[in-house]
Amino acid sequence: MGRITLDKVTKSFGATEVIPPLDLTIEDGEFTVFVGPSGCGKSTLLRLIAGLEDVSSGQIRIDGNDATMVPPAKRGLAMVFQSYALYPHMSVRKNIAFPMRMANMPQEEQDRRIDAAAKALNLTDYLDRKPGQLSGGQRQRVAIGRAIVREPSAFLFDEPLSNLDAALRVGMRMEISELHKKLATTMVYVTHDQVEAMTMADKIVVLRAGHIEQVGSPLDLYRAPRNLFVAGFIGSPKMNFIEGEEAAKYDCHTIGVRPEHITISGSEGAWSGVVGVSEHLGSDTFFHIHETGLAETITVRADGEVGFKHGDRVYLTPRTDMLHRFDTKGLRIDA
Amino acid sequence: MATQHSRSAARIMMAPAVILLLGWMLVPLTMTVIFSFKKYLPLRGGDLGWVGFDNYVRFVSSSTFWPSVQATLVIVGGVLAITVVFGVLLALLLDQPMWGQGVVRILVIAPFFVMPTVSALVWKNIFMDPVNGLFAHLWKFFGAEPISWLSEASMPSIILIVSWQWLPFATLILLTAMQSLDSEQLEAAEMDGASPLARFGYIVLPHLGRAITVVVLIQTIFLLSIFAEIFVTTQGAFGTRTLTYLIFQRVLESQNIGLGSAGGVYAIILANIVAAFLMRIVGKNLDT
Repeated sequence: MGRITLDKVTKSFGATEVIPPLDLTIEDGEFTVFVGPSGCGKSTLLRLIAGLEDVSSGQIRIDGNDATMVPPAKRGLAMVFQSYALYPHMSVRKNIAFPMRMANMPQEEQDRRIDAAAKALNLTDYLDRKPGQLSGGQRQRVAIGRAIVREPSAFLFDEPLSNLDAALRVGMRMEISELHKKLATTMVYVTHDQVEAMTMADKIVVLRAGHIEQVGSPLDLYRAPRNLFVAGFIGSPKMNFIEGEEAAKYDCHTIGVRPEHITISGSEGAWSGVVGVSEHLGSDTFFHIHETGLAETITVRADGEVGFKHGDRVYLTPRTDMLHRFDTKGLRIDA
Repeated sequence: MATQHSRSAARIMMAPAVILLLGWMLVPLTMTVIFSFKKYLPLRGGDLGWVGFDNYVRFVSSSTFWPSVQATLVIVGGVLAITVVFGVLLALLLDQPMWGQGVVRILVIAPFFVMPTVSALVWKNIFMDPVNGLFAHLWKFFGAEPISWLSEASMPSIILIVSWQWLPFATLILLTAMQSLDSEQLEAAEMDGASPLARFGYIVLPHLGRAITVVVLIQTIFLLSIFAEIFVTTQGAFGTRTLTYLIFQRVLESQNIGLGSAGGVYAIILANIVAAFLMRIVGKNLDT
């Protein structure tokens, strides 16, 4: 079980309020991702849940019980840190055993759990090594192993993949998702990378300056971003925003259209512009179009085989059914 | 540093320092070794010729030799124990955020800047004097009989003085090490259910291991040769005659340079044994 409820939780460091009153419920078994730019309070929020920081006011409930004043160890949560926070002088086995040793668990039970975790995480051959002798991905797995053996009611991940290289990150992303499917335990995951959020989450919480901007499933956020911030944050490459005359045609202050919802053509279209940089990814090509008179740059996604060159004049047509409309305050206008 | 040219240039530029250091070390060492094989009494006939290992035998068979080795080891051991234990505790304390941290840190480091002779004199006259010392007044205030520290408790007194001098050094190095501890490790341990004491034992202390070995190593080298503190306080009486002090007495008080030099060679051997020991421990610790 692991249903975490935040009830009007606030956090201030001195006079600065990092988290204004905030309500949030994380359902049991859910994979929730906190995402936002750096300094948005997402890590602080995670640390409040973990108990590593005290809340300034409000209540945190875990499975309905007030946990606001409960020390971190007693909350039944396990955390994986950004730096992995492995104990450098202990072997992998001892690292994984540490939480059980602190709980005075019988040795046989400890060994059983260590073996199970090591098998699940492909660490069996490394149990006698020190963390210093492991690669980044293996250290990450040890940190996860140390969390698993506690059989916590929820896992907390604080940007666990940010120290890994790109290829490894994709692999670990899959492994953590896989682990979540297998354990079906609540997981709370903090990241600044919207790709991680989109690919892993059941529920995404977009944060800015301590405020929750929107909560929803990845596709909800993609399809119906509640405001300009979420619209710009979710999706890669970023959504194009167009203001002024063109937006007025649609009765709004700003229109947003995603790069994948614009068709590019060499002969005809609604808008015209000049190709600037093009990024060829093989499967896709992203064109950055200038001199459209709409916005400084319009990003367009096209098929990998479309071959416009720098300086070519091109024509763009947005898919009108996929337009997002926003009012002067940046809030979404539903059709 | 790769080319032939830059390497030879580097050698030439290093040469003066290397030659100076070598000369500085080798000349006195050679002279000590030469004197140790001679009967050399400056006030009673001067150089009286070679005597083989006579001085070595006499130095060791003298009734003062083993007690002096013991005194040396007791002082070194005692000071090490006190400075490491209190150094760790003080470092823990100073690592906490508190008001006036900067000033407190400077105050803690201050004793290290006081010269050994001065600090020994201060302790002897201001604190430990059996009549006018602060300790005597304190004892009298509680109705106790003042202790004449330097004669009744000579060894603890000297260990106390020397520890007071070296505690800042240990604290400083341990504090720096403590500050390099990744706070996420402590938080991870906290989440893993480790009590503050367990966190200290399992995380902080192992992290300090290397710094502690460095403190022990450096202090041992300096403590083996403490002299001023003894010279100023007990003059080697009341069981405080260390090996260094014994050599001093042989050379200057008995005016027997040959015998003192033989003692000096023993001291070199003793220091090297200790150093070899410690280097191995440090080496082992630096591996991980």
